[in-house]
Amino acid sequence: MTAHDTLERTWRDPGGFVGWFCAVNHKTIGLRFITTTFVFFAAAGALALVMRLQLARPDNHLIGPDLYNQLFTVHGTTMMFLFAVPVMQAMATYLLPLMLGSRSIAFPRLNAYAYWIYLFGCLMLFGALFANVGPDAGWFSYVPLAGPDYSPGKRSDFWAQLITFSEMSGLLGSIVIIATILKLRAPGMALHRMPLFAWAMLVTSFMVMFAMPSVMFASTALITDRLVGTHFFNPAEGGDALLWQHLFWFFGHPEVYFIFIPALGFMSQIIATFARRPVVGYAAMVLALIATAFMSFGLWVHHMFATNLPELGKAFFTAMSLMIALPTALQIFCWLATLATGRLVLKTPLLFVLAFFFILVLGGLSGVTLGMVPLDLQVHDTYFVVAHLHYVLIGGAVFPLIGAIYYWFPKFSGRLLNERMGQLQFWLFFIGFNLTFFPMHLLGLHGMPRRVYTYPAGMGWETMNLWSTAGAFVIALSVALFVVNVVRSVLRGAPAGNNPWQAGSLEWATASPPSAGNFLQPPVVHGREPLWEPAAQPAGVIGLANDQREVLITSAIEAQPDHRAIFPTPSPWPFVSAAATTLLFVTSIFTPWAVVWASIPVALALIAWFWPRVRETLAEKPLERAP
Amino acid sequence: MTWSDETTTAQRERSQQALQTHGGLLDVSALPSFAFSHRSLMWWSTAGLMAIEGAVFALAVVTMLFLRVHAPAWPLSGQLPPELLWGSLNTLVMLSSVIPNHWTKRAAEALDLRGARIGMLLCLGWAAVFLAVRVLEFRALNCRWDDDAYGSIVWMLMALHTTHLVTDFVDSSVLAAVLYRKPLALRRFVDVSENCLYWDFVVLSWLPLYAAVYWLPRMGAS
Repeated sequence: MTAHDTLERTWRDPGGFVGWFCAVNHKTIGLRFITTTFVFFAAAGALALVMRLQLARPDNHLIGPDLYNQLFTVHGTTMMFLFAVPVMQAMATYLLPLMLGSRSIAFPRLNAYAYWIYLFGCLMLFGALFANVGPDAGWFSYVPLAGPDYSPGKRSDFWAQLITFSEMSGLLGSIVIIATILKLRAPGMALHRMPLFAWAMLVTSFMVMFAMPSVMFASTALITDRLVGTHFFNPAEGGDALLWQHLFWFFGHPEVYFIFIPALGFMSQIIATFARRPVVGYAAMVLALIATAFMSFGLWVHHMFATNLPELGKAFFTAMSLMIALPTALQIFCWLATLATGRLVLKTPLLFVLAFFFILVLGGLSGVTLGMVPLDLQVHDTYFVVAHLHYVLIGGAVFPLIGAIYYWFPKFSGRLLNERMGQLQFWLFFIGFNLTFFPMHLLGLHGMPRRVYTYPAGMGWETMNLWSTAGAFVIALSVALFVVNVVRSVLRGAPAGNNPWQAGSLEWATASPPSAGNFLQPPVVHGREPLWEPAAQPAGVIGLANDQREVLITSAIEAQPDHRAIFPTPSPWPFVSAAATTLLFVTSIFTPWAVVWASIPVALALIAWFWPRVRETLAEKPLERAP
Repeated sequence: MTWSDETTTAQRERSQQALQTHGGLLDVSALPSFAFSHRSLMWWSTAGLMAIEGAVFALAVVTMLFLRVHAPAWPLSGQLPPELLWGSLNTLVMLSSVIPNHWTKRAAEALDLRGARIGMLLCLGWAAVFLAVRVLEFRALNCRWDDDAYGSIVWMLMALHTTHLVTDFVDSSVLAAVLYRKPLALRRFVDVSENCLYWDFVVLSWLPLYAAVYWLPRMGAS
């Protein structure tokens, strides 16, 4: 058997039905994760289409207010918690180990567990929607509306537990990503040589760690208010409804940036490749990401300008809201300089990236306006805000994301996506998007409120709503074309080869799709764009076992080789533990005692997961060497 | 620089000397197969958990202060503050557990199996005591979670911290049991060392919570 075959056999996930639940390889989990996020993107998009049909003409009675409330709540919740945030984690799960030159992601079983927890959370939310107990108090679930007095029944409890699922997955993902980035980089890839996407994920993961606990704490307090009679948000008993808004937005504003910052990472990778030169101002780019992360924690009150907070406080948050445009502008100027001085190759990924400049800048401008208290008060809770947030989130994250799928699809599958279909899809998406959301600015300025299931004739809103609905169907067509392109290309796309775009980062140094162990000979790095650098020595790493899951651990800053570590094998226990955790979360909606008895299976599954197996310990003994 | 840092630095230098280049390739086969402190992946996952859970504790305390600032009195509805006896006693028990805990950490980092086993059992003994006293603490809180927002946040802080005590007790027990199994992978000593780090976190994070639960209600009206 060749060394390549041995390595493949060592790192491959087991086959068969049971094997499918044991997978831990970051590429397997990554692809499942990416696919699942896109399935729920499409599902939430379908809900939006129903809403747009309902709003296409005045006094429409296609669906009633109760279902409409569930639709916009589940649409927003899914897009934010089950698509936009996790899809970035999913892309990082697949890409980071390859980009950093490692054979694996850190804590592969924990990573698999994070995926299963995420999936079960998705299934619970949509199960609840189909059972007519879908949450209906908006994606930010404000109290007192979502509290026990105004939302009897279980709808808001499903929302609160969904948050527990998705935040648990996101928080564990952040630990996995930080450890991967700081400890599994190829020798020589000091922090100042790391790809900008890795920087973006590092910054994002630190933000996740400090922001997500806030919404998890808040949703736990909400569910205890609802289920066991605590009074966190009940003003009659010393609680405070605004406490909810503070806790939610202390998470919610950084959340926008942990959707946006990974997308900036995609931008940097794609622009460098298609401009055929490294991005201008590497240090400025990195510092801008870090500055954005810090500032994003000082913006949350701009979601609360319509409350009775002190005016001086609001002025501070206005200033911060304007200031955060600066680091983003800095990055945009660096990219423009890169594009202006590069040799452009105008392929589909670059088209999606160029659309970012148009759409995100418009969304940023409406954002800067919304940062001003007087204007915010005028358009608060109108369609102007809906337009703004879709320009920022779709322009800032979804366009670069789809560009990123076109860019990395050859690595995932070994085949190129069809370029003509890609360009057609791009134009449909770009036109459809602007047709849908641009009129919403005007609707908002004309006073149309958000979250109303219908509106009377004669308000002057009919035509713009009709255009907007038409645009939504153009987007749907574009997404359908994307699905067709993906399926067709998986089956019979043009073979891609290792590096179809002649890119400079390490994921392109290995086969497409990569072998199970990523690199037979892990690389040693001598510059920022390793594949564009002249050959230098040492060129690669030897001395890692191929018949064991052995990985090189390097130092956090300089990436000097530090020690070898044996990584875990495939295991059913992450799946079983996630199933037990799901049992705990779902049953606790119905009885608080479930927190006690349902934690027993969780503990047992986790112990079985951790418990060392004699055979594996014996196998790694010969490689053991004390520090 | 602590004892542990010095060891880490010295060990790291030895690692660098073990690297060799053969035919333009970097041979890493002579590197150690595990390492302590921030060199190990386990340290980073433990640090990550501590950051996340520390953020939760901080937010819970900030929530208490937020409610306190908006309340006419604290406790809200004329309850007595929690009784000091059990809470203060438990603070002392928890703080003193740092001694066997650090002893265990040193034993693990010296790859001393016997020491690590004894140390883990000692720590578990301490944990059994502070879990028992914690039950008495709950009985002396002088409020219920559904009395008012004061009761809610007091119980939330106590429940959050008790969850940590229980999970730390369970995972330390499992790890102690692993130490009695054969064959034992040497990297389990890293697990013991990181378990001790997490123990420190669980114990020390109690101090601000103790102040919030037991002393804030004694500080008079706002």
